[in-house]
Amino acid sequence: MARFSAFSLMRHALTGHRDWPAQWPDAEPKAEYDVIVVGAGGHGLAAAYYLAKEHGVTNVCVLDKGWLGGGNTGRNTTIVRSNYLYDESAKLYDHAIDLWDGLSQDLNYNVMFSQRGVMMLAHTVHDVQSFQRHIHANRLNGVDNLWISKERAKEICPPLNISPDARYPVLGAAWQQRAGTARHDAVAWGYARAAAARGVDIVQNCPVTAIRRGPDGAVEGVETAKGFIKAKKVAVSAAGHTSVIMESAGVRLPLESFPLQALVSEPVKPVFPCVVMSNTVHAYISQSDKGELVIGSGTDQYTSYSQRGGLPLIEHTVAAICEMFPVFRRMRMLRKWGGIVDVTPDRSAILGKTPVPGLYVNCGWGTGGFKVTPGAGHTLAHTVARDEPHPLNAPFTLERFTTGRLIDEAAAAAVAH
Amino acid sequence: MLLIHCPYCAATLPELEFAYAGEAHIARPADPSTFSDEQWRDFLFIRTNARGLHFERWRHVHGCGRFFNAVRDTVSDKFLTTYKAGEPKPELEALLKAAGKDAAE
Repeated sequence: MARFSAFSLMRHALTGHRDWPAQWPDAEPKAEYDVIVVGAGGHGLAAAYYLAKEHGVTNVCVLDKGWLGGGNTGRNTTIVRSNYLYDESAKLYDHAIDLWDGLSQDLNYNVMFSQRGVMMLAHTVHDVQSFQRHIHANRLNGVDNLWISKERAKEICPPLNISPDARYPVLGAAWQQRAGTARHDAVAWGYARAAAARGVDIVQNCPVTAIRRGPDGAVEGVETAKGFIKAKKVAVSAAGHTSVIMESAGVRLPLESFPLQALVSEPVKPVFPCVVMSNTVHAYISQSDKGELVIGSGTDQYTSYSQRGGLPLIEHTVAAICEMFPVFRRMRMLRKWGGIVDVTPDRSAILGKTPVPGLYVNCGWGTGGFKVTPGAGHTLAHTVARDEPHPLNAPFTLERFTTGRLIDEAAAAAVAH
Repeated sequence: MLLIHCPYCAATLPELEFAYAGEAHIARPADPSTFSDEQWRDFLFIRTNARGLHFERWRHVHGCGRFFNAVRDTVSDKFLTTYKAGEPKPELEALLKAAGKDAAE
């Protein structure tokens, strides 16, 4: 792997940037691996990278049914934050932010992590009380989060309408300065490049059709479109399609898959300095470095694998955006899309071992998996390499749905998050 | 937007009149006190999450207010049929034949 540096940039400038080598080889699968990761999204690629980097496991293959980073990694709204209520979540998400902090240097790839701050608007008395509770809980956990007045919110984000005449007037906001955005594609590409440099094979356009188990019940490998591939361990990180793959190994999960939609506007000059989210009117918005407004919508009410989603949601979201930011009323939208998200009953992830020996799962991130990409990959790699949970993912077991020890962020956020 | 047929109103109406109510045909435990933790988990949390034909409940909230069941293809979002609550699961083979090839993924 040729390292990126100011010097290499200058050297390639002399030849008109025409001779950059491929960033990673498009591998063909070998017959056998120590670890197979199903799903080449950010989470799967990060797991492969940390397996190679921190645990010395380099005989690893990452398989994807489509192209690398073409699922939810390329479909999210790129927001990174860690202001979750419960101790378990706050610690795991904050661990991810710690990793985000030095990620570009670690990967030698600019993931454009921009800590521009995330503002969560409170519109009702209930919001105010619930957010202040979140802030107190966060500060006890060492997670940065601050209560700000609506005037301060307007100072930070000038397009915000704080008029008391608004349909849902802004009463104040929770402000996490450490949060922000990152370039989603670059995260997948950066991890892929760094993992491939350490010997990981990344195989695209190779759907996994089933997981094969031996007579003793343990994992033997995976059936794919390119034939059977043997593996000692298999880690499934397939987001919305996790249920389908895990079913083939005889593991039924507490997951339901929903389409989650987002949309972008035409690009404009810098106008929006941070990320603003509102749970009450359910819309969130930021501006990409290209200048497009990136707007997140909600999940459809019905389960689906259609990667489209219905228009009523988009209409609702855009109405909310126009109400909060009247300046955007004449903005034209360029495109909208959907990704399939896997949602658990308590809206917290399942990350760890399964009842099948050698089979691991990383799923259930629901509508908010991008922000935790480095943290999920890092702890999943630990779990796979040592066959035991990392202290940070230990509470996120599958067993919690039997024992009742839920991490109920669903009730805490009052919406999908 | 989905167009959904309410078997009680005998009318096909926009999705906005309806509320999705999860997977259908999940029977409540007959004798809850004898249920093990694993059985409670399966009843409360484990879902089929089918990629393809899915049995599901809908409620006509802005109409008759009643619950009914449906068979929908979760890849195309196309409804194969809707039927009243309490009626048995329809035969998928016959439904697919009636719906023609396009619904069969």
